[in-house]
Amino acid sequence: MKGLSLFLGCLVPNRYPGIELATKLCLAKLDIDLEELKGASCCPAPGVFRSFDKEMWLTLASRNIVLSEQMQRDMLTICNGCFSTLADANRAIKKSEMTKQKTNKILKQIGKEVKGDIEIRHIIEYLYKEIGPEKIALHVETKLKIRVAVHYGCHLIKPTRDRDLGSFERPVFFDQLVTALGATSIEYTDKMACCGAGGGVRSSMREKSLAMTEAKLSYIREADVDCIINSCPFCHMQFDSGQEEINEHMKAQYNIPVLHYTQFLGLALGFPAQMLGIDTTIKKNRRLVEKIAADED
Amino acid sequence: MKDRTASYKAIDRISNVAADSLKCINCGVCSSSCPSGRHTSLNIRRLIKNAAKNIDILTNKELWMCTTCYNCQERCPRSIDIVDMLLDIRAISVQCGSLLPEHRKTCMMLLEHGHAVPISEGCKSKRKELGMEEHPETVHKYKEGLEEVRTLLLACGFERLVGKKNNPPGDNTL
Ligand code: SF4
Ligand code: SF4
Repeated sequence: MKGLSLFLGCLVPNRYPGIELATKLCLAKLDIDLEELKGASCCPAPGVFRSFDKEMWLTLASRNIVLSEQMQRDMLTICNGCFSTLADANRAIKKSEMTKQKTNKILKQIGKEVKGDIEIRHIIEYLYKEIGPEKIALHVETKLKIRVAVHYGCHLIKPTRDRDLGSFERPVFFDQLVTALGATSIEYTDKMACCGAGGGVRSSMREKSLAMTEAKLSYIREADVDCIINSCPFCHMQFDSGQEEINEHMKAQYNIPVLHYTQFLGLALGFPAQMLGIDTTIKKNRRLVEKIAADED
Repeated sequence: MKDRTASYKAIDRISNVAADSLKCINCGVCSSSCPSGRHTSLNIRRLIKNAAKNIDILTNKELWMCTTCYNCQERCPRSIDIVDMLLDIRAISVQCGSLLPEHRKTCMMLLEHGHAVPISEGCKSKRKELGMEEHPETVHKYKEGLEEVRTLLLACGFERLVGKKNNPPGDNTL
């Protein structure tokens, strides 16, 4: 198996750098061969750019793929959107010689050529398939004995015909990665529902997008969990900033901590919250971190 | 914008990408699975059923209410690739000049920074607090990479596409 290059995308390095750092810390601790990918751009985002201009979408995605091909490494994504774009583009290139040639004709202008000889991975499916929950459990230093609402997000598992992760109706692989750290994954209504951000809806119809988020949050709150764990910085933002927006505009009172899986894993592997970008000056986060520490004693 | 602008009618292009919609049996599984439809006017069943028949779809706001969650496509008993179809129709709509203003802004970000969401000052200081480099290892740091991205965007005619204004009604040639 090839080593990995880390594809950052936009939201992680440019809004949630803690997720970037958490990823690097966790993978180093798990002894996974990971290197920086230099000079990548936006994936580009599937919901917007793919629906504006497919040729441009495929070309920019291919340039990003080439960067990792040149290192002879598979590419690791930590965002469902990046995964969707890069995995779908990679598949299109591998599947059709004509698509590849057409793309390479444009890439030639920057002296690059896409070959189609690497794989695109998402951190959740990578950890599940290549390391496995049992082995991850062996690395746990701090058991996270808390109640968690797992949010898979859409593009990690759908379209299922392309993802090879089983049915989207009741998947368990992400939950198993969470329970491996000592936490309990709580069932809740509409668990597999969308966060409401995708497809360009958050940017163009903020209120409607937040109405979808609020519906999901209300079920999560009903389930009385300690935090939401996601696999995507876009869902992360929708739940995180989204709660503040909802509280402000809909006169609601949501107060649920939101963590990307890499941050959650980082806590279990013994890294301090601050190092993982979990802002403990925010009361709900402090409560969460204190609860984990208290249960440990 | 090269061959893509070959002036054949938008309606022909729609019936092309939406050909599969003729398989629809109007069962409503898609719309009852749709998270957006519970909160917006999006009726994906109606949209798909009529996709190939009506040029009005290009200016239908409902096109942009879909979060691309794929529920409908996963569950459609006729195996219609609903989301793929919708994305193709969106692209035709954009080529006809119907890019939403908010989405135009996102496009401008990509053109300027190579990122849909470029780094903010607040995030730079967050990175420093975490002991990270101020600029991530992306085109933010590697300017020659940004030049490459711009060259490709230009080659694809993206700037022209983004700058395109609404065509007058009735002018449906691309
Ligand atoms: S689920 Fe498929 S067949 Fe049923 S109404 Fe929707 S598009 Fe038509
Ligand atoms: S993909 Fe779009 S139309 Fe289909 S169920 Fe999801 S939001 Fe609704």
